[in-house]
Amino acid sequence: MAVSRDRILTVFSLFILFSFLAYADSNFSHYTLRILQNIAIFITLAVSYNLINGIAGQFSLGPNAFLAVGAYASAIFTLSPEEKLRSFIIEPMLWPLSVISVPFAASLLIAGIVTALVAILMAMPVFRVRGDYLAIVSLGFGEVFQVLANNSMSITNGSLGLKGLHPYTNLWWSWGICVFTVFCTLRLVNSSYGRAMKAVREDETAAEAMGINAFRIKTLAFAFSAFFQGVAGGLLAHLITTISPSLFTFMFTFNLLIIIVIGGLGSTTGSIIAAVLITWGGEALRFFEEPANLFGFQYDGIPGMRMVLFSVILILVMLFARSGIMGRSEFSWEGALGWIKNKLSVMKV
Amino acid sequence: MASGFQGDFKFFDLGRHFSKSPPSSFTLSFEDKVLDYSFALQQLVYGLTVGCLYGLLAIGYSMVYGVLRLINFAHGDLLMVSAYVGFFGIVIFHLPWPVSFAGAIALTALLGILIDRGAYKPIRKSPRINALITAIGVSFLLENVALVTIGGRPKSFPTPDFVSGAIVVGDVSIPTLSVWVFVVTVVLLTLCMAVVKKTRIGMAMRALSRDMETVMLMGVDKDRVISFTFALGSALAAAGGIMWCMKYPAVEPFMGVIPGLKAFVAAVLGGIGSISGAAMGGMILGLAEVFIVAVQPEWSGYRDAVAFFLMIVILLTRPTGIMGERLPD
Repeated sequence: MAVSRDRILTVFSLFILFSFLAYADSNFSHYTLRILQNIAIFITLAVSYNLINGIAGQFSLGPNAFLAVGAYASAIFTLSPEEKLRSFIIEPMLWPLSVISVPFAASLLIAGIVTALVAILMAMPVFRVRGDYLAIVSLGFGEVFQVLANNSMSITNGSLGLKGLHPYTNLWWSWGICVFTVFCTLRLVNSSYGRAMKAVREDETAAEAMGINAFRIKTLAFAFSAFFQGVAGGLLAHLITTISPSLFTFMFTFNLLIIIVIGGLGSTTGSIIAAVLITWGGEALRFFEEPANLFGFQYDGIPGMRMVLFSVILILVMLFARSGIMGRSEFSWEGALGWIKNKLSVMKV
Repeated sequence: MASGFQGDFKFFDLGRHFSKSPPSSFTLSFEDKVLDYSFALQQLVYGLTVGCLYGLLAIGYSMVYGVLRLINFAHGDLLMVSAYVGFFGIVIFHLPWPVSFAGAIALTALLGILIDRGAYKPIRKSPRINALITAIGVSFLLENVALVTIGGRPKSFPTPDFVSGAIVVGDVSIPTLSVWVFVVTVVLLTLCMAVVKKTRIGMAMRALSRDMETVMLMGVDKDRVISFTFALGSALAAAGGIMWCMKYPAVEPFMGVIPGLKAFVAAVLGGIGSISGAAMGGMILGLAEVFIVAVQPEWSGYRDAVAFFLMIVILLTRPTGIMGERLPD
């Protein structure tokens, strides 16, 4: 049966993934583990950003705001009251927040829920406009959140940031949440809600004529992706263990944008592949910034060259390979097995 | 209401060219501030100065959007480019002021044309989302190239002598720079309106913004007109950039990001696609920023958020802007 074959294959590959992670946990270096966790977090972010940008077609430039909200929410709730007293030296923290401290899992959940609520609140002004204006308004909200984070000394400790967070994030948390996010997103996209989102993306007026409440669907996509971005923010906060408002700038959104554009706007698989490529590539490309001996010529490393390369890559992709790696198609076991069979039969000839 | 600060409070973020520090606003109560005419007039001067700068930037945004329906994210970075060119001209090559400024404006206009031909022209037929992403890419490219080649440490833009000092009228101190900014803005605005309303290429620009296909049928070289639009908008941005640097003398690669965003907000406020609307939007934004911070100094950290707050309000209530013509689809 097609369904059970697919399920078996999926479960099997997940098993392979987690055995690999178990192996990695005990054998790989700290640096490699860190990259693996980064990859997982970026996959989570890319997949949820792709949901609102690629599948619902609403070009939002504000995920850095959701990331910030999630990171701060999670951090505020995991710090113990003594640590809060130590961090908030200029202005004491707001009362109920200064005494609450919850375990990590609960704080991630809270972070996700708070971010989703913020997204629902934002949806009303943001989805009044479309296209370019939507992009700018969401960008504006991103900036507003940074300004708010910098100025609310009693909640976020302003520009001092929060430090000394426990490094709760490990390989299992990050990859577990990553798998969960991909699973949820794929289920959403393949449901009637996902089809409604794609309809709204293609032609909003026609979708409304078919009885889809465009605003509700857009808000659903927005809140859904915000939830996972908030959770990812919490993971990131506990990976880096120090957060401050200057971490969540438009540069972050730009990184995510590159990832989903290169992967193919509208393809979840594409986002995953691109997230792996860009995160790993970003590290691998660090050699551009180190001095090197290139064919006998001494090449002094140019710091910051990575971002120039990324910008050039983005422009080239937009000019020449607009649909990215996967376009809008997704991975499917049928397609993969068919491709393998094809190659095998070609080889036999 | 009166807060803890007492005594002299130099408004250091508004330039260092005053001969007299403005009256300390923290010791005045709300009623005193509003009824104190000299204080209000002083803030008016500052607001108009900043507003003119935003207006100059916003005009470029408005023109490009009107003709191409493209939000040129790289526009704010043109401000940065002109600042750096001016800086290099004056400090490194020791050219006289007029030459450096003219060179900055010319080179920025050239860069604007280059960006259009290189990055935006190939994707003119694609959906607008692609153009937006490309614009973001170009913006980042400019910023990071500047970062890599020149370095991120802020450089200090030198101030020519003829813009330092201030004219004191009663209790109000009008910086000479503000006078220059206002005069230059008025002159440039008049020139721009004259070009758009009275010349043939201006007519082509206006026609292009209404119906691109028909304009092509009329035998107009669309690419030339678009390049001219970019050149004009970039030149105005360059002029604004140089004056911006004389007001806030720190030049660094990311200096154009926030002014660019605010200029877009100003363009939206005034009605995108309309040049006079952009100028007016810039004034309104500048005045709003200055007055809100003057009346409530505790909100000075939120100064940048004022622009976005205004934008959200205007998009919710009157999306076509104050002098706007059309709604984006």
